[in-house]
Amino acid sequence: MRTLIFLSLISLAFLHGCQPRQGGMAGGGAATDAASRVYVAPGELDEFYAFFSGGFSGQLSVYGLPSGRLLKIIPVFSVDGEKGYGFNEETKPLLETSFGFIPWDDAHHPQLSHTNGIPDGRWVFINGNNTPRIARIDLITFETAEIIEIPNSGGNHSSPYATENTEYILAGTRFSVPFPQQDVPISSYKETFKGVLSFISVDPKTGHMELAFQVLLPAFNYDLARAGKGKSHGWSFYTSYNVEQAHTLLEANASQYDKDFIAAVNWKKAEEYVKAGKAKEMPASYFHNIYDDNSHMATSKEIKTVKVLIPSECPDMVYFLPTPKSPHGVDVDPTGEYIVGAGKLSADMSVHSFSKILEAIENEAFETHIDGIPVLKYEEIVAGIVSSGGLGPLHTEFDDNGHAYTTFFISSEIVKWKVGTWEVVDRAPCYYSVGHLMIPGGDSKKPFGKYMVAMNKITKDRYLPTGPELNHAAQLYDISGDKIQLLLDFPTVGEPHYAQAIPAHLVAPNSKKYFSLEDNVHPHVTKKESDTRVVREGNVVRVYMTTIRSHFAPDNIEGIRVGDKVYFHVTNLEQDWDVPHGFAVMGAHNAELLIMPGQTETLLWEPDRPGVFPFYCTDFCSALHQEMQGYARVSTKGSDTPLKWWVGKQE
Amino acid sequence: MVLSIVTILLGCSQSTEKRQTAGEAASTIQADPNDPMSNKGIGPVKEVVLGELDNAMVADGEKIFKQLCSACHKPEEKFIGPAPKGIMTRRSPEWIMNMIINPEEMVKYDPVAKQLLIDYNLAPMANQNVTEEQARKILEYFRTLE
Repeated sequence: MRTLIFLSLISLAFLHGCQPRQGGMAGGGAATDAASRVYVAPGELDEFYAFFSGGFSGQLSVYGLPSGRLLKIIPVFSVDGEKGYGFNEETKPLLETSFGFIPWDDAHHPQLSHTNGIPDGRWVFINGNNTPRIARIDLITFETAEIIEIPNSGGNHSSPYATENTEYILAGTRFSVPFPQQDVPISSYKETFKGVLSFISVDPKTGHMELAFQVLLPAFNYDLARAGKGKSHGWSFYTSYNVEQAHTLLEANASQYDKDFIAAVNWKKAEEYVKAGKAKEMPASYFHNIYDDNSHMATSKEIKTVKVLIPSECPDMVYFLPTPKSPHGVDVDPTGEYIVGAGKLSADMSVHSFSKILEAIENEAFETHIDGIPVLKYEEIVAGIVSSGGLGPLHTEFDDNGHAYTTFFISSEIVKWKVGTWEVVDRAPCYYSVGHLMIPGGDSKKPFGKYMVAMNKITKDRYLPTGPELNHAAQLYDISGDKIQLLLDFPTVGEPHYAQAIPAHLVAPNSKKYFSLEDNVHPHVTKKESDTRVVREGNVVRVYMTTIRSHFAPDNIEGIRVGDKVYFHVTNLEQDWDVPHGFAVMGAHNAELLIMPGQTETLLWEPDRPGVFPFYCTDFCSALHQEMQGYARVSTKGSDTPLKWWVGKQE
Repeated sequence: MVLSIVTILLGCSQSTEKRQTAGEAASTIQADPNDPMSNKGIGPVKEVVLGELDNAMVADGEKIFKQLCSACHKPEEKFIGPAPKGIMTRRSPEWIMNMIINPEEMVKYDPVAKQLLIDYNLAPMANQNVTEEQARKILEYFRTLE
């Protein structure tokens, strides 16, 4: 009987699901057999890893596709109490900048590292937009491994796009600022402001980033970028808006002209100029922070100069490509021949031909020059116009069958068109107001295809209401057939501006299970329980503590005094997968520690009152997890309570 | 019916490799698994031949024991887990090594290990990813704890 009721409930649910929803968008738009195509059975694994930017959360979310299951949130630019990121002493240096410790940023565009123009599964880069930075996330540990600050930038938006072999990560500034930064009237914008494009080199072995050089451009807003590939390898492309150079009410004032520019930079030429000593060494201040997996610590370094190339002194390095209506996305097709500029205030998109660009340069088909930079003639470089009938084109990605897919924000849809003929072959609605889209490998020389994800700006009625604030909606489509088919809605964290995905088999086998205790070279590591101890150095007390299922050593500590700075250096002695221990102490002004097996992490505790305070493990670790606790006794300032510690029996 | 569903679920949650190990080991269990000295346990170690005491191995074994095991085991007294002192007279060498290398399956399927888990308040024997070679050295060290 019970089974019967249960079955009929299920069928009811199914029936209900098939009915057009009352009051909402009709039917929700999903393909009829969508459930079976996104269902990943318990114990089964997803086909793709997808990395979604967290937008104003500052983090990077990892999802499985096609299920849409959230696998992990990797803290990058924002502190994260869940993992102690930015709260423990080891990760604080990662968030150091020339402005000091910054606990938040706005992270927009994840970029997988490429080898031969194809995602290689080694790293994900992501930009910090507000206090300009680029982070590198290691796909062995799924943790932030490095963050570099970008000087002379006023908003690191057209970033961090990778060249074909991740030789460089591109970083253009959305907001132009005085160059060098100084106290000037805002109205001197045209004279004193500049837009800077940065080239961050990446060490192919270690992944370590370095600011190789910057290119100084007129004060436009450099919005988005892509590197060339295949035949256009060696070039990079940046959309701009506000060539009007307005500094107030841009909503109206930056939309005066019919065309803005795509800046095309020949970075191989730029490299030659740097080698030839043409770059100016300019004073700067920016931070470079690296996390080390053996010391389990980040270190921070301030760098004080930067190499700057000035186009008027470096001919044949930069060109402007006129492109209609404040182009937003600039996307390069898998062959590297076509450069798609999505004029966000129009219905059509102009596609430039790289071969024609080279020809126009050869023939000096220049309209004019701006600050010594040739502006190519629009009609000489356009390969075609995509007349879609949509409104507000933003971003384009590519599949493995010669198609491009472009999002249209205003008409809230994705349009599929044929590269080369520019003919529109299909379109699918998005719920609602799509921004970026993503196809696995869709920015590469060999897209993996199969799925497409729309990242929508407006959620409204797609989920149960949760008050005024709603998580942004992502939508998964099947693009393997002629028709785009909607499969799944799933909520995301923060605002996913962009995402990238990669087949799981290129990443999963390398994923680390635990850190070897033997390789741990943290300056305050404790490798065995017999080495645990408490040391006083003036008003600094260092607790060398270990964890194993399920006790702390030591778990009783006396002789701490009000006003002390107590550092708990906790080493997790476990050597097995998925056995982290947590550590939290009452009244701490930071967060917990979440210590991976074999890792050492440090919590600073500054007790402000006498008493006996408990500490405990926060991550359920065994049947005796509730027993994993201890006490720290705090005496008054100047008291003579002797420093003592023990576990098990008092010694 | 219920039982077979449980079996299928358990089977799916383990890797093929692990299932084979358990299967093979099951067939090698000696006459009475409850007789601690003839029970070889479950795991990769099938036969250990003890020769003359190797002092270099003892020293290595003691070092590994201190690093990976001493948070829960004191050589001569009960702590979180039992003391290894005198273990050579209580368990077979194969059982000891399998317990070190393969604790999850041991406490699930081996009757002696199952009872030990209960006797020690369900404190888990942590898998410290000790290699067979390291476990053999720990065993050599245990031979000195008479």
